[in-house]
Amino acid sequence: MNAAAPVATKRSRRPIPWTVIPFAAILTALVLMAIFAPYIAPLDPNAQNLLARLKAPGHEARGAVYWLGSDELGRDVLSRTVYGARVSLLVAFASVILSGVFGSVLGMIAAFYRGWVETIIMRIVDIVLSVPAILLAIITVAVLGPSLYNVVIVLALTRWPRYARVAYGQTLSVANMPYVRLSRFMGAGWLRLLGRHVLPNIAGALIVVATLEFGLMVLFEAGLSFLGLGVQPPTASWGAMLSTGRNYVATAWWIATFPGLALFLLVLSINLIGDHARDRLDPRSR
Amino acid sequence: MSAFFLKRTVQAVIAVLGVMTLIFFLQRLSGDPVLLLVPQNATQADIDALRTSLGFDRPLIVQYFDFMRGLLSFDLGRSYVQNVQVSTLIWSRLPYTLMLAGGALVVAFGIGIPLGVLMAVRRDKPEAKAMMAVVLAGQSMPTFWSAILMILVFAVWLGWLPPSGAREPSSLIMPSIALGLLSMATFARVARTAVLDELEKEYVRTGHAKGLPMRRIVMRHLLRNAAIPVVTVAALEIANLLAGAVIVETVFAWPGLGQLTVQAINARDFLVVQGVVLLGAVTAIALNLIADLLYSLIDPRIRIEGGAA
Repeated sequence: MNAAAPVATKRSRRPIPWTVIPFAAILTALVLMAIFAPYIAPLDPNAQNLLARLKAPGHEARGAVYWLGSDELGRDVLSRTVYGARVSLLVAFASVILSGVFGSVLGMIAAFYRGWVETIIMRIVDIVLSVPAILLAIITVAVLGPSLYNVVIVLALTRWPRYARVAYGQTLSVANMPYVRLSRFMGAGWLRLLGRHVLPNIAGALIVVATLEFGLMVLFEAGLSFLGLGVQPPTASWGAMLSTGRNYVATAWWIATFPGLALFLLVLSINLIGDHARDRLDPRSR
Repeated sequence: MSAFFLKRTVQAVIAVLGVMTLIFFLQRLSGDPVLLLVPQNATQADIDALRTSLGFDRPLIVQYFDFMRGLLSFDLGRSYVQNVQVSTLIWSRLPYTLMLAGGALVVAFGIGIPLGVLMAVRRDKPEAKAMMAVVLAGQSMPTFWSAILMILVFAVWLGWLPPSGAREPSSLIMPSIALGLLSMATFARVARTAVLDELEKEYVRTGHAKGLPMRRIVMRHLLRNAAIPVVTVAALEIANLLAGAVIVETVFAWPGLGQLTVQAINARDFLVVQGVVLLGAVTAIALNLIADLLYSLIDPRIRIEGGAA
């Protein structure tokens, strides 16, 4: 909980286990794929070719090779999978940042001010956490309408209590440390106290939460898009591609298989790295 | 002691009221709540008539209390799109979702618990690491992808199981496995941590000193103690299973509440969506409460700490 500085440096010198390295490489590759999608994708992800509908992987038509096959509108599955990484990572990144900042600040404030501020914030945290996030997301999208931005907003609104709870618990334990009390005694304002003394000490725990949440957010975005509540066509999203692929599973297995594989690898590598980060930064939870 | 029960129950009631309030304001956020309730082909005159008859032209605070009173008397309203009571729709679909959740729980428990116990007992051995890899894979597998892969292999290629629907008992197999996999990973992890904690206790060492075989120590003594955290997690996992059913039911065309919800969203039938989400939320809150109460019954320390905080 309150790991002293020297212990922390000793921990970070421990070598990274060999099992994590390949997954870090996969994650890096997927991130690069998202950033450089226009240079990597062999074809335009939205270009339709009705003569080359539902073609198996390796099909060649008019000089273009469909390495991973084509979908029901003759679009290249490989190019759409490459572009789909953009949506997944963008949504996950934006919602983790939004909910992380919002939740951490509220959690710190609750622990710092105590009293009725604490009661109100932590009760809201309890309420939101007691309802499965996917249900809250579904009803919010049903009201606001599906779009990329709404998905980010929905995810941020339903996930911030995770960070708030951790920030709250951690701040409570740090706020009574002698150096924080001394700093307060010497006249430091709340912003300085929280920013300079509390945040650096609780950042590790928050980063662990953020990593594990990142994987969940990728799955949530894909799930919402799969249900037709997320990113709207024709934008390539893995969830939406899987939804199409489900309808063609008997005739064109490749439409669902490859975006699903990409999704699985992304989430698996994030979870592995998250687990590893937790073992390092938070020795209490094995 | 009863102070803790009372406090937790009051909290749960506040949570239910909070969720209802949240939904009320969400409806208003959309701009015009009437538009959420009418069929897409409704005329302007219909919309205006409905607005007056439902009282959406009254002050917000009056509407709020009206809304809450309706829900608290278990009146979920009438779907204007399908022209039936929302509760009738929910009742007709509920058995299917419960069946699916039950099947998934059997899969999750039956595989997850033995896996977790083995991982803890054989810790640091290669087979434990292999099992951990299986658990991690299960946790990272999107349900809708594993579901599609199962359809591909067992229904399309091998033809062993029906790909969708709920016409025969074997239809339940694939949806249950797809839904249970994620919870399986959770159960395995919790069981592993619980058993690892217990392995360090004195009574295990005493057992070893008496010369008891490991199998007997685990089966006779350790599992009972390790069961406490597993039972509480089980209550919470049921809530997650019900939420996950939305996706699994869509993949397998399973006629439960999840499919009802997705159909309702596409038909812009907001009252049905609201009804299912409320039911899910109340169930989740109730299960949370049961988990806490169970835990405090089994382990009195929680009661004391929780009551003091």
